[in-house]
Amino acid sequence: MHIFEGFLPSPWWQIWFAVSIPVIMYGIYQMNKLVSQRREIVPLLAVAGAFIFVMSSLKLPSVTGSSSHPTGTGMAAILFGPAVTSVLSVIVLLYQSLFLAHGGLTTLGANVFSMGIAGPFVAYAFYKMASKAGMNFYLNVFLATAIANWVTYVVTSLQLALAFPFEGSVFASFKMFALVFATTQVPLAIMEGALTALIMKYVVQIKGDVLVGLNVLTSSAATKLREAME
Amino acid sequence: MKLEYLVAIVVILFAAQFFYGVANNPDSEFGGADGEAADMIAEMNPDYEPWFGGIGFEPPGGETESLLFALQAAFGAVVIGYTIGYYKGKGEKN
Repeated sequence: MHIFEGFLPSPWWQIWFAVSIPVIMYGIYQMNKLVSQRREIVPLLAVAGAFIFVMSSLKLPSVTGSSSHPTGTGMAAILFGPAVTSVLSVIVLLYQSLFLAHGGLTTLGANVFSMGIAGPFVAYAFYKMASKAGMNFYLNVFLATAIANWVTYVVTSLQLALAFPFEGSVFASFKMFALVFATTQVPLAIMEGALTALIMKYVVQIKGDVLVGLNVLTSSAATKLREAME
Repeated sequence: MKLEYLVAIVVILFAAQFFYGVANNPDSEFGGADGEAADMIAEMNPDYEPWFGGIGFEPPGGETESLLFALQAAFGAVVIGYTIGYYKGKGEKN
């Protein structure tokens, strides 16, 4: 998710801003509405944002011999949907680009798109479909967040490939970037999925009723999960 | 508790893949994959120069960088721990 500052030439950095900004605006609108209508979600919003902070500060080593970040966005996506998640991602990405020289302002649009929009959107869609199909809640959270993490880096590879085709071929370039990113990311994605499933368990425990209100769980599913904990 | 055990197993497997990675890449310092991508861009397009930079604060070295990353993680962990602890305690009182 961290395309370095200045590493996306025109017109690509503008294109990704153009794609991301409407989603962020809609996310801000949705977040305001949610916070004013349901004050009880505020602590959950804080936890989801904080989880992104923690996860994206970790640089985990992978079997490929390089390190990369978990994204932490899967949880927010499941709870609040991809638009709100994009707003939370902007905060983290701004911090990292302004104080840590990780990512950058010109690449913010592209980085928000991969980490805050594309990954979360896939997580959200996966979670909703699998939960309709009756998949176990924790397995669902695990898979949805692991996939979100992985998709984030596949999208980053695609963004770089579009901007830097190899010998004129976007696909050849995509394969090269994806080999670095997507393979490094597999163990991290599994780790992130497992941690997210665990923290969601505690969220169900303390705020199961709010999850029902957010349409994350049906009330019978929430009751069942809480009974299983006792 | 079943989920906690499963997560513990995943953590152990994660550590195992790391040690396997260390054994397979003895010379690697496990640098960031994003830096690797930047090197690839430089290799594929030797003429490309990052056209923008130097707006934000750049940590002078690894120590300051790790400090800022630790602050980021600590801030997040405090919020999560406080919120979950608060509601858990509240729930137990009733």
